[in-house]
Amino acid sequence: MKTKPRAIIFSGYGLNCEDETKAAFEMAGGTADIIHLNDLIARPAILKKADVLIVGGGFAYGDDTGAGKAYGNRVRHHLGNEIEQFLQRNTLMIGICNGFQVLTSAGILPGALIGNDSGRYLCRWVDIEILGDSPWLKGLSKMSLPIAHGEGKYYAPAATLEKLKQENGIALKYTTGEMCEYFDLPANPNGALDNIAAVSARGGRVLGMMPHPERAVSFFQLPHWTYLKEEYVRRNEQLPSEGPGLQLFRNAVHYFV
Amino acid sequence: MTHRIAVVSTVEGDARGSGYLHKIKSLFPESDLRSVSFVQAYTTDAQLSDAEIKKVAEQLASPAIEKYFTSNIPTPDTYAFAIEIGYLPGVTDNVGHTVQEMIEDLTGRYFAGGTHVYSSYFLFLGGQISHEEAGKMSQELFNPLIERATIFGTDEDIPLVVPHVKLAGEQNTLEVDLNVADAELMRISKEGIANSDASTGLRAGGSRRGSLALSLSAMKTIHDHFAELGRKPTDVELESLAQTWSEHCKHTIFNDPLDEVKEGIYRRYIKGATERIRKGRKGKNGSKGDFCVSVFKDNSGAIAFDDTYLITHKVETHNSPSGLDPFGGAVTAIVGVNRDCLGFGLGARPIANVYGFCVADPTDSQPLFRDSQRKQQLLSARRILEGIVRGINAGGNQSGIPTPLGFVAVDPSYRGKPLVFGGTVGLIPRKSPSGSRGRPRKLYEKCANPGDYIVMIGGRVGADGIHGATFSSESLSAGSPATAVQIGDPITQKKFSDALIREARDRGLYSSITDDGAGGLSGSVGEMARESGGALVDLEKVPLKYPGLAPWQIWISESQERMTLAVPKRRWTALKKIFDRHDVEATRIGEFTKSGRCVVRYKKKEVMNITLAFLHDGRPVEQQRSKQRTVNRKQNSELGTWNSDLGAALLKILARPSVGSTAFISQQYDHEVQGSSITKPLQGKGRVNADAAVLQPLPHSQKGVVLAHGCAPWYSQIDTYTMAAASIDTAVRNAICAGASRDYLAILDNFCWSSSDTPERLHELKEAARACYDVAVAYGTPFISGKDSMFNDFKGFDSEGNRVHIAALPTLLISAIGVMLDIGKALTIDFKHAGDLVYVVGETNDELGASEYCTMLGEMAGAVPRVDVKKNARAYDAVGKAIERGLLASAIGVGRGGLGVALAKSAIAGQLGMRLNLIDLPGTAKTTDNILFSESQGRMLVSIRRDARKEFERIFKSVALTNIGEVVQAQSLAVEFPETRISLELPTITQAYRSFFREW
Repeated sequence: MKTKPRAIIFSGYGLNCEDETKAAFEMAGGTADIIHLNDLIARPAILKKADVLIVGGGFAYGDDTGAGKAYGNRVRHHLGNEIEQFLQRNTLMIGICNGFQVLTSAGILPGALIGNDSGRYLCRWVDIEILGDSPWLKGLSKMSLPIAHGEGKYYAPAATLEKLKQENGIALKYTTGEMCEYFDLPANPNGALDNIAAVSARGGRVLGMMPHPERAVSFFQLPHWTYLKEEYVRRNEQLPSEGPGLQLFRNAVHYFV
Repeated sequence: MTHRIAVVSTVEGDARGSGYLHKIKSLFPESDLRSVSFVQAYTTDAQLSDAEIKKVAEQLASPAIEKYFTSNIPTPDTYAFAIEIGYLPGVTDNVGHTVQEMIEDLTGRYFAGGTHVYSSYFLFLGGQISHEEAGKMSQELFNPLIERATIFGTDEDIPLVVPHVKLAGEQNTLEVDLNVADAELMRISKEGIANSDASTGLRAGGSRRGSLALSLSAMKTIHDHFAELGRKPTDVELESLAQTWSEHCKHTIFNDPLDEVKEGIYRRYIKGATERIRKGRKGKNGSKGDFCVSVFKDNSGAIAFDDTYLITHKVETHNSPSGLDPFGGAVTAIVGVNRDCLGFGLGARPIANVYGFCVADPTDSQPLFRDSQRKQQLLSARRILEGIVRGINAGGNQSGIPTPLGFVAVDPSYRGKPLVFGGTVGLIPRKSPSGSRGRPRKLYEKCANPGDYIVMIGGRVGADGIHGATFSSESLSAGSPATAVQIGDPITQKKFSDALIREARDRGLYSSITDDGAGGLSGSVGEMARESGGALVDLEKVPLKYPGLAPWQIWISESQERMTLAVPKRRWTALKKIFDRHDVEATRIGEFTKSGRCVVRYKKKEVMNITLAFLHDGRPVEQQRSKQRTVNRKQNSELGTWNSDLGAALLKILARPSVGSTAFISQQYDHEVQGSSITKPLQGKGRVNADAAVLQPLPHSQKGVVLAHGCAPWYSQIDTYTMAAASIDTAVRNAICAGASRDYLAILDNFCWSSSDTPERLHELKEAARACYDVAVAYGTPFISGKDSMFNDFKGFDSEGNRVHIAALPTLLISAIGVMLDIGKALTIDFKHAGDLVYVVGETNDELGASEYCTMLGEMAGAVPRVDVKKNARAYDAVGKAIERGLLASAIGVGRGGLGVALAKSAIAGQLGMRLNLIDLPGTAKTTDNILFSESQGRMLVSIRRDARKEFERIFKSVALTNIGEVVQAQSLAVEFPETRISLELPTITQAYRSFFREW
């Protein structure tokens, strides 16, 4: 059997979801190292040993001048070539929330994330439908995950959007599902163009998404698990243990083994 | 050469412009404002070529959504006025700082000293607007204590403004003559040390440095001490003593003798309760054992989580600064208390933030002024709450710490000064991992050793938060107040937090750490010097934000995001390397010694040399006296029945800000980060605010942490003993309902008092402290940490120029923290299933005094709820047992607003109706309003599935338990009372519950 695929999780300057992202990836059967951006810049050869690159959630540089911009600029300047080489191998990359904002700012994914229509940071659960054929999303059709962002409205100029559609690059869309019905909430939490919650590039190997799969790997992380539990108890059924986000990390691991 | 880059959005309907339009329009509905365009500007005085500026601009504008301008501020085709808003000189500018880092990264050159990037923004107002209107609008958008606003007409040029700091103060150290009359001693204490030359005074037009707040006997003690030494104290020494001996640092009111309580109320009632509880648990094992590990001695309190980890908790307040600059004050509140977590032991990792805002009704529009000329107006109640909410948002979200729990409590007495509570829970391994670097050591203990370097990490030092310090600048009028408060920079702190917790701590690279909070370096170094036995500091080594600070200012500045470490010499290189990699500034500023003294030098000259004995224990103890109020306050036991429509009354109560939904706050605070959230701040289908939260700190352990709060300040209007007892009871009750058990529950106290120099208030304080002892001991819930803020008074003027004194209600926030063995048993407040049975646990008594119901009616009649600790303890244990056995479907503590509100909340949360009968409740409450709105303590409202009935009721043999009806699918609430009935539609009560803050 092949060794566990190895992920590198970027850190530093206010990224903050590294620990739970590492836990999720390892729960799915991989192994992950949290490495500071400055260490990657100092020794970019580290990237050669990785199968997966993860830029997770957070508040890099405090979102000052625009979410993901300052960190994205540094990534592009100092690691642009190395990441290009990394992606030329058969590897995977994901940007989650602030990581998505970093990847668009670094030019790795098209479009941009701008301020929510409400003008305010929002933490809630959303329902998403899966489109495209990203290996990250294999076998999934619909799921619910939490979001937490102030600048999560996906935007792209018309031409970019058209190209994205043609290349099958729209990966996730906000939709009405279990959470919206349960909590009586609108599907699109931020005004995203075409309800876009995630986009992908390079045949889906690079995925950028606003929702947080790493915060939904256990049943007990669901926002209504105490309600579901009562339903299971009354039906005399065992409680599930997993949450919906875990499959995404499993897909990444299974891509390599 | 000065450059300015402007960035504008190219996206149709830019959210920032439309956000301002919406906001201004809502404040000025009569105005003809039609449009607002937003332009972000970055101004810099750094040496950069035009080519470099162009490159920088390209980075600042994302081509898909923005464009940039380097030669002008782009203006819309038509507009009436432009407003530029930027910071005053020296105010923390996080955006400017980020751009500076971006430029440095791009050019590969660091900025020359004194040069910066300054952020500002322009709003272009379109429509038929007068200059006067534009002025009024700008008043609502900026805070003159930290920001500047300039209005430009269409024909005016927009100048380049560089808010450069220029300090006009003296940089020498003065000797202060204390050989003066008492009156002059008190003047020095009240107004501050006189500057040697008034014309260069730090305070424009004045010549004093601001209050030392020392008593006459303290001033005399200092005089005598230096007379004995045969020299005068320096300003550094005097300022340092004032900081160290302050009420804020030494908690003199809690520590000094009060009446017959010679050891002080803290030792007797707070610490005394913990000691007694721990003694009772000593030697016992398992759930009966002593779970306290480190209490009252470190920056946070810590209890055992499991064999490997401890959890810590600390709650702080940041009240006065939040009244002046609510945003900056609140950021500092939360980011500051995070450092109490990072500064516990050798550093705990923050795993949750909690908050509490005691504010005035935000619709209150009475203007208040700080000065008799009525020039300095207090911010409106609404802006204060908005700013505080935004501040905790920025501080918590940017730090990556979840905020699962908080509350808003409203009372007019918080109009002068809001109370802003911020708390942080931490997780720390008991021991460092064993490895190649020596034996594992305890991480929850620390000790600076003689010879260790004193290392300051994080931000730089400016004049922030120094009393009386003011700045002046070329572009602004002299005397404009500078940073009365500090603005936090969460990212700088997050950077060193990562470096400490992920790398340095477990490698044993430092031997002690503490926060630079109150008193700045004087506080942290002074405190750590006690561990080693002395300290020697060279102040000129301290990195400054800008030149021109005097030694005393460097020593006591409260510039944020700094911590002080004790670093063994042989570890310095390795530690410095870690901080360099994390882009964190770390500077050696001296050495810990065993000289028994705190010695401070500035450019080789000694500016402070005081024995630690005098510094820490030289303060004269003051005997305090209390006196009971002669007139019993607002006590009146006669309470008639109000013939009001009870259904309507319930709807009205649900629409009050202390009771109604604060979802707008909960959902803008990230409570899912770290993936630890088990029960959410908004619970059930109807998203109702909960008063407790459960977290799972370690993904591989089923163990959970339960957090809860209790705060019942309104009862202080009648009786502070009852207020304190109810606050503890409420916190415990809320924790129990979420799944905690009394066996494994600790509490924290935060006293926020007012006018604490009056004997009557001291009496009320003593009563509250006595209640703390009685109730904590009875419940077996030890205090593990606490804090007090004793002068929450506002003394100013109303719009007529009359003097106004607003004293905050004596307030006690109790924060509970417990451990539950299985997060799968955690409970939420929402009804789950039609057909479930609904029970009230506990007795409902005739206790409407100072209730939400009475407050709403403007009545102060009735008795305040008494806490019967014996009965309540049995009830809590029974509910705990039922939860443990998995019998409950929902549980909610009955709190503010009584049974009526608890019923409504569970129903709204579950979006299920109920059919109830409240005719035969145990207790003395007999009238319908009493039954529905009495705030009797110790009660819980629970629901169970029908087949659990027998087992459930068996547990409650010796506890008052009443089956009051059932949950129904119908969207309505039908309640039978002895003489009447109410019937309400679920959508109506849901709407009422969400109404107060709906537009926020």
